[in-house]
Amino acid sequence: MDKTYRKALKAAFPHTLPILTGFLFLGMTYGIYMRVSGFSFWYPLLMSLTIFAGSVEFVAVNLLLGSFNPLQALAMTLMLNARHLFYGISLLDKYRGAGWKKPYLIFGLCDETFSINYTAVIPEGVDRSCFYFWVTLLDHSYWVLGATLGGLFGALLPFNTEGLDFVMTAMFAVIFLEQWQKDSDHTSALLGVGLSLLCLFAFGADHFIIPSMLAILGALTLLRPRLERR
Amino acid sequence: MTLPQQILTIAMVVLGTMLTRFLPFLIFSPGRSTPRYIRYLGKVLPAAVFGMLVLYCLRNVNLLGGSHGLPEFISLALVTGLHLWKHQMLLSIAGGTVCYMLLVQLVF
Repeated sequence: MDKTYRKALKAAFPHTLPILTGFLFLGMTYGIYMRVSGFSFWYPLLMSLTIFAGSVEFVAVNLLLGSFNPLQALAMTLMLNARHLFYGISLLDKYRGAGWKKPYLIFGLCDETFSINYTAVIPEGVDRSCFYFWVTLLDHSYWVLGATLGGLFGALLPFNTEGLDFVMTAMFAVIFLEQWQKDSDHTSALLGVGLSLLCLFAFGADHFIIPSMLAILGALTLLRPRLERR
Repeated sequence: MTLPQQILTIAMVVLGTMLTRFLPFLIFSPGRSTPRYIRYLGKVLPAAVFGMLVLYCLRNVNLLGGSHGLPEFISLALVTGLHLWKHQMLLSIAGGTVCYMLLVQLVF
């Protein structure tokens, strides 16, 4: 391997260690979840490779189990991943001049990779774009590895897996809590829960997502003068 | 769903994800400021979206029949408690899931 790359790998790897544990655990859970939902390991393998956005992949299991609705799949993904827009905006400068690596850096811009590449202090003498490249590639590999292992061994679990699907609920609840503690104003969080609940009652379990999204976007837009001042 | 329908569904998810990742690099240039409305949404939208997703996960809970959503609410309370106490993401997720599995398999 080229010396520049080796040096960058040495600098990048320690930053990704916490992600290694997290992604192996969540990735395996995702793979197991797909497997017990009736999909072969090819699904988690290919989906973790091509989508590489954890929360959306969990949702995608539900989309695949429901009735065929590509528009809802797209809308759900856009809304869930809208936060990635801001990762991109924050990294415009840092990713400039990354050459052939740039498309891959952008492709692999998940939450965890963003938080490392955005905050890491890169040591003197280490090539920046190589550092970003390794962080992205390592995180991506951990996730695919976890998901594939989960998909392969999910059928061999020696215990009853009924109720395992709650892992997705627990995951989103934790992310919601983290967000709650980060925000000083909880209007948006309460709107999200309240409006979705309202739409769930009004439109039913199979059709409430798109109305909820529209209601949330509408309410946030109307409340902007008030919320922006905080 | 047939295989082509599954592939199309997954392709939509890939497309949606890639749109949100590539768009900023295609439309914004470094140094130029981002529209204020977009920045505002970036600040307030995540909280609402994750709230919506929790509801999405619970959409099939039947409050009027079956176990009345009790396993879900007990496990979510545990997730919340664990997370506020220890702040360990994986612990909170694992704890809540194990609790839920035990409840639906042994109690309800």
